[in-house]
Amino acid sequence: MAGGIKKFVVGCFDDEKVLFPAVKNVRKAGYKIHDVYTPFPVHGLDHAIGMRETSIHTAGFIYAITGTTTALTSISWIFTKDWPLNIGGKPHFALPAWIPITFELTVLFSAIGMVLTFCYLCQMAPFVKKHHFHPRATDDLFVMAIECTDKTNDAEVQAFLTQAGASEVNVQHAETGWWIGRYDREQKLYKEPKAIN
Amino acid sequence: MNHQFELPGSYKKWTYGLIVAGVVALLYGFIAFHPFASPGHEVSSTRFWAVLLQNSVYWLLVVNASMFFICVTTMAMGGWQVALRRVPEAISSVVPILGVITFVVLMAIVWGGRTDIYPWLDKAAVANDHILFGKRKFLSPEFFTIWSGITIFLWWLLGKKMRSLSLKTDEQGTMDYETGKKWVWNNTVFASLFAVVFTLTVASTIPWIWLMSLDPHWYSTMYSWYTFASTFVAGVSLIALFIIYLKNKGQLEYVTDEHLHDIGKFMFAFSVFWTYLWFSQYMLIWYSNQPEETKYFIQRIGTATKAGPFSTIFFVNLIINFLCPLLILMKRGAKRNWTLMTVMAGLIIFGHWLDFYQMVMPGTMHDKAELGLFEFGVPCLFIGLIMWGAGRYISGHSLLAKNHPFLKESMIHHT
Repeated sequence: MAGGIKKFVVGCFDDEKVLFPAVKNVRKAGYKIHDVYTPFPVHGLDHAIGMRETSIHTAGFIYAITGTTTALTSISWIFTKDWPLNIGGKPHFALPAWIPITFELTVLFSAIGMVLTFCYLCQMAPFVKKHHFHPRATDDLFVMAIECTDKTNDAEVQAFLTQAGASEVNVQHAETGWWIGRYDREQKLYKEPKAIN
Repeated sequence: MNHQFELPGSYKKWTYGLIVAGVVALLYGFIAFHPFASPGHEVSSTRFWAVLLQNSVYWLLVVNASMFFICVTTMAMGGWQVALRRVPEAISSVVPILGVITFVVLMAIVWGGRTDIYPWLDKAAVANDHILFGKRKFLSPEFFTIWSGITIFLWWLLGKKMRSLSLKTDEQGTMDYETGKKWVWNNTVFASLFAVVFTLTVASTIPWIWLMSLDPHWYSTMYSWYTFASTFVAGVSLIALFIIYLKNKGQLEYVTDEHLHDIGKFMFAFSVFWTYLWFSQYMLIWYSNQPEETKYFIQRIGTATKAGPFSTIFFVNLIINFLCPLLILMKRGAKRNWTLMTVMAGLIIFGHWLDFYQMVMPGTMHDKAELGLFEFGVPCLFIGLIMWGAGRYISGHSLLAKNHPFLKESMIHHT
């Protein structure tokens, strides 16, 4: 599911307080922020970088009603058509007794469905790799990746980021999607040497 | 900004209009229904007392839920509700008024020997009935009177203490760290005391003696929680209605979409919680199929061959109180939509009123229950009284607890 190799200008920030105005200025200057990688969830950053509201709850609702339908149709088919049993003289179509199972399947479908959707959207899966713009992004650095087009002057962007307070700036050619394999094999894809400290 | 609110003329007009409508309905009941005729002779006298019982208990528990809301949020060290805290305080200030009315109604029923309402009042029948004989100490006029009196008194006393703790801060000025810490501790102690009393009353004994004893042979361990959930979700909806009204009048400066969203979450969550209790009560009884337990539901929905007199209300109740809140309030946008929240709050309050109707009527009126002008007239009196009492508190005090130590937290609240 590779998305192709693109060129990025990467700026690393030490502090949240510097990051927020930098994000604002970068967007105001018209550069396209690919993503911002932070060591912990930063409140309000999703709004600052202009991400749209997530639709995962809508997906969750759809999974949930799928679960409800699955439970009700299969139980009603089993207990009234496929294998009707006399349980304590209750009617075969015993709706109240099915509600707990229906509820559980609703929760199960929505929970598992949402987790899988979330992993897919974040491009996370076992044995799957994704490019890391900076290894310290999982430790103590706030890493902003700006996507370049053919017309982007990367020296200018780098200067802009340094001026905005970035402690470290570099240019990387990176795979945007995810792939199955190893990081080191992927390194050969780059035309220019990749900066990983 | 001035946080003092003058009640507009339209508010007063509605308040007095509703009270007058309610009093007219009540007078009509007094004249037409012969409320003091001896029980069993006239169905209309039963109707009079059953309607009064339903409404006084329902509205009392709904306004009392406001104080419970304050106490649980206080105990949880909540900060978000501080900007709107004066609203539930205002609603809870109606507890003594409705408490006295409820007490008078209950006493008139119990000491007036209304065996049509509470069958356990019939001494001769109790002596010949081994189940009721076993319950005779618990379901006795003396215990009923003493416990109801203590309960209403404690709700009033502890509620008053919580309100006066809050009002005192208006005069004290900004608190320093030590004073604030002491004040928060004090508040937490009284909130916990209220919660303990609440647990021993609303969450257990009070629904047993006031409502469940209408069918004295029948019992359900879910009943009190069910009643609590019913009145709590209606109470939170009432808070929402007052907040929306005051916000529309340009008050409650710091209450934003975020606060309404949280109130909406309460309405959504407790609607689902109510359904959970409703279903747990229903399914266990349906499944175990014991005659003494299923009687309660046969009175309402009837049997497989013959529909009961309350079957429509029984299912409408589920649609209004479960399906509507579940499907409509689920979306984030819905909880931030002030118009939709107004409609849903009104619907939930009505829905749980209807729920109380089907809790009270089958045991008292059997298949002769009516849903006429009298049934809709009497609640007008109670709504009017709530508006009157809450309005008095709202116009008499600052609408912002400006020296509350957690006010800042509420102002920057973000969901």
